[in-house]
Amino acid sequence: MAMAEHGSFLKNNLRDYGMLISLVAIMAFFQVMTDGTLLEPLNLTNLVLQNSYIVIMALGMLLVIVAGHIDLSVGSVVGFVGALAAVLMVQYEWHFVPATLVCLLAGAAIGAAQGWFVAFFGIPSFIVTLAGMLVFKGLSLALLQGQSVGPFPPTFQLLSSGFIPDWLAGESLRTTSLLAGIGVALALIVATLRQRANQLRHGMATEPTPFFVAKTAVFVAIIVAFSWKLASYKGLPNVLIIMTLLMLFYDFVTTRTTVGRRIYAVGGNEKAARLSGVKTQWLSFATFVNMGVLAAVAGLVFAARLNTATPKAGTGFELDVIAACFIGGASASGGVGKVLGAVIGAFVMGVMNNGMSILGIGIDYQQVIKGLVLLAAVFVDVYNKSKT
Amino acid sequence: MTLLEMRGITKRFHGVTALSDVNLAVRAGEIHAVVGENGAGKSTLMKVLSGVYPHGDYEGAIHFEGGERRFRGIADSEHAGIIIIHQELALVPLLSIAENIFLGNETARFGVIDWFAAYARTQALLRKVGLNERPDTLITDIGVGKQQLVEIAKALSKEVKLLILDEPTASLNETDSDALLALLLDLKAHGIACILISHKLNEVAKVADTITVIRDGSTVRSFDCRSETVSEDQVIQAMVGREMADRYPKRTPDIGDTVFEIRDWHVHHPEHADRLVVKGVNLLARRGEIVGIAGLMGAGRTELAMSVFGRSYGRRISGQVLLHGREVDVGTVRKAVAHGIAYVTEDRKGYGLVLDDDIQRNTTLANLAGVSRVGVIDSGREFAVASGYREQLHIRCTSVFQPVVNLSGGNQQKVVLAKWLFANPEVLMLDEPTRGIDVGAKFEIYSLMAELAAAGKCIVMISSEMPELLGLCDRIYVMNEGRFVGEFTGAEASQEKIMRAIVTAGAA
Repeated sequence: MAMAEHGSFLKNNLRDYGMLISLVAIMAFFQVMTDGTLLEPLNLTNLVLQNSYIVIMALGMLLVIVAGHIDLSVGSVVGFVGALAAVLMVQYEWHFVPATLVCLLAGAAIGAAQGWFVAFFGIPSFIVTLAGMLVFKGLSLALLQGQSVGPFPPTFQLLSSGFIPDWLAGESLRTTSLLAGIGVALALIVATLRQRANQLRHGMATEPTPFFVAKTAVFVAIIVAFSWKLASYKGLPNVLIIMTLLMLFYDFVTTRTTVGRRIYAVGGNEKAARLSGVKTQWLSFATFVNMGVLAAVAGLVFAARLNTATPKAGTGFELDVIAACFIGGASASGGVGKVLGAVIGAFVMGVMNNGMSILGIGIDYQQVIKGLVLLAAVFVDVYNKSKT
Repeated sequence: MTLLEMRGITKRFHGVTALSDVNLAVRAGEIHAVVGENGAGKSTLMKVLSGVYPHGDYEGAIHFEGGERRFRGIADSEHAGIIIIHQELALVPLLSIAENIFLGNETARFGVIDWFAAYARTQALLRKVGLNERPDTLITDIGVGKQQLVEIAKALSKEVKLLILDEPTASLNETDSDALLALLLDLKAHGIACILISHKLNEVAKVADTITVIRDGSTVRSFDCRSETVSEDQVIQAMVGREMADRYPKRTPDIGDTVFEIRDWHVHHPEHADRLVVKGVNLLARRGEIVGIAGLMGAGRTELAMSVFGRSYGRRISGQVLLHGREVDVGTVRKAVAHGIAYVTEDRKGYGLVLDDDIQRNTTLANLAGVSRVGVIDSGREFAVASGYREQLHIRCTSVFQPVVNLSGGNQQKVVLAKWLFANPEVLMLDEPTRGIDVGAKFEIYSLMAELAAAGKCIVMISSEMPELLGLCDRIYVMNEGRFVGEFTGAEASQEKIMRAIVTAGAA
């Protein structure tokens, strides 16, 4: 009986575990193929830095997609915000704090402008953001006058190239970073145990103990191993901290808050949500504003990483971001999707980019393979759904 | 002579038996009604027959016109002359009647459509089904009743021998339903047999030659209406497997003061701003009272209720809504809910439920504040709330985490009701609360309404089924073309009086 129960539980939650398992499998594959280069501390650090802006945007994109929309303009917004930051900090020599604030506000304004048309006038988001894609691509070209502008002030560069300070000076190991990682792992254990206890107290069906233990153990192991690896290079990158905090925040918003719940309802059935007293238009609008701000964050991170703003920055990012969400199990028709899924999806894309580059696979076939993986992931989803 | 015989049909889904050893025999040129509660297996049986589940996917045999048939898909069964018309019509709204009739079956040479021939044939077909519309009229411009006739014309264009209609009158008003039933009799006179799936036993009684009852995936009984007189109670008893002493719960109304009032309510059509849809309606409902609104489809009843509920329909709305004698602002759904008004939609899939979400999430959607603190949901409390309603309303499910899309119509309706009960309203407007749900679930919903009224709520019930209005309501308003044209107490009301009020209002 217990086995059968476990079996059905596994079947119902195959998507969640499957995502994690495929990420681990892909990592193992490239780890072997690259003779261990993939998980070397230096490369792992690069992997985080390279993917941070995609992950950050995937968080916002997930909400947009769950609400039943799409945002094609984020790549252009990344470029535009990077250009704005460069003009303010390099040409006008602003301090990085006000410049950053202005950039974030610009992101919010861009999101608001697009969201306004989508939410209140019912223009399909595909069209509005396609227009936005062109507009902001053009505006960043205009801002930069076709030139690359840089370098940024060193303090601003720390956003992407900096690491958390090592107070407990370690020789070959950044002890602070390792301890931070262990701390996060412990916090995770405490949080999941408390949640489980709460569920059990209310008589909710929980996942079977073996799965719970195994899943938590895997997460803890990954976090500790990950921070240990990073600690043996330069420690935890600043941007990883930003990314993690954002991730936790959005996971909380989507799973635990009324706002998150209502966004899912809007995407699932807008008319039913409206008749249940949900302010559907304002929520759609809010997801776009949020997306704009996160695209601005990503734009700043990316500009700081390149240490220059170029007219081509951000080109094609929207595709990686949207792909990450769909690989992570979001539904194109709205109402379905998880933050953790989108993050894992982003890392699936990232690990493949990175691994294939190490293997020396050309950019041509990299795109072919990435495209096929996206199709395969969604195909498996749809196939599984049609079977039940 | 037997036209169709299905023998020993058994169909399983992942180990769950949906049909077990079902037998169905349809004689040539008869109208054969298949009745049963929702989830009894009627639709599954029809899917087996029409080849949606191909041969080999089920056990048993299908004999049609004397020989065994093994349909691999709908194309096969249509080729044999078996055509099914689903409850959700399969018409393309923005194409014309002619285009829809010949969709997939175009009169064409080398892929070029001969529109003259198509229009001529369409006109002939439309005459046959008694539909007076031009062939180039768009589907979206005609009503559901006429769309149903287009579907039948489409079936006729394919040399139909056995027509299957799944709940054809579910969304039709009485006039359209009668016209449709008359058409079935006409087709029968032309030798076309018909399987009619319906919940409306009075309609079945009017036209059926044979009634087969399916319960829990098996054939329970077959009544031959030509050789015996079959009473509605007999059929119902076979459907539910128990004596239905009373179809409506006994209640002793305890009616108090006026709680809810609508005064001089006008609503204009959302697109055609100069068209009045609700014309100066005055309604009042008292504490503990069940008030009915009778009328034909399109009378403006749903429009009235939705416009009151947070202006969810129409524009240029004027009039007053009063609660306990004081005017209240119901300009948004939130405000209406905050004042204790709830509206349970007639279209539970379209407007009532987030289908992919589970029971729990649907239950709490209208009152998330009730299970959260400063915007953070207490998942334990939410579970307790949803489980409580599951028990109270007898929602049949494996757990409250089951997506509502998998529930039967009756259970889905209970989830919608649970959502609004949790919002704790004082005034409940129920729009066709028992549409498309089975007899057992209907009784449960009637009982719930009686309980709520006894607990001092005031209930406004919109229904196209006059028997249930007569069986439940303390007072009945009759609505026609946007106006209230009659008002009867429960005791004095009768189907004839209501019908007369509608007809004379139309004539005046």
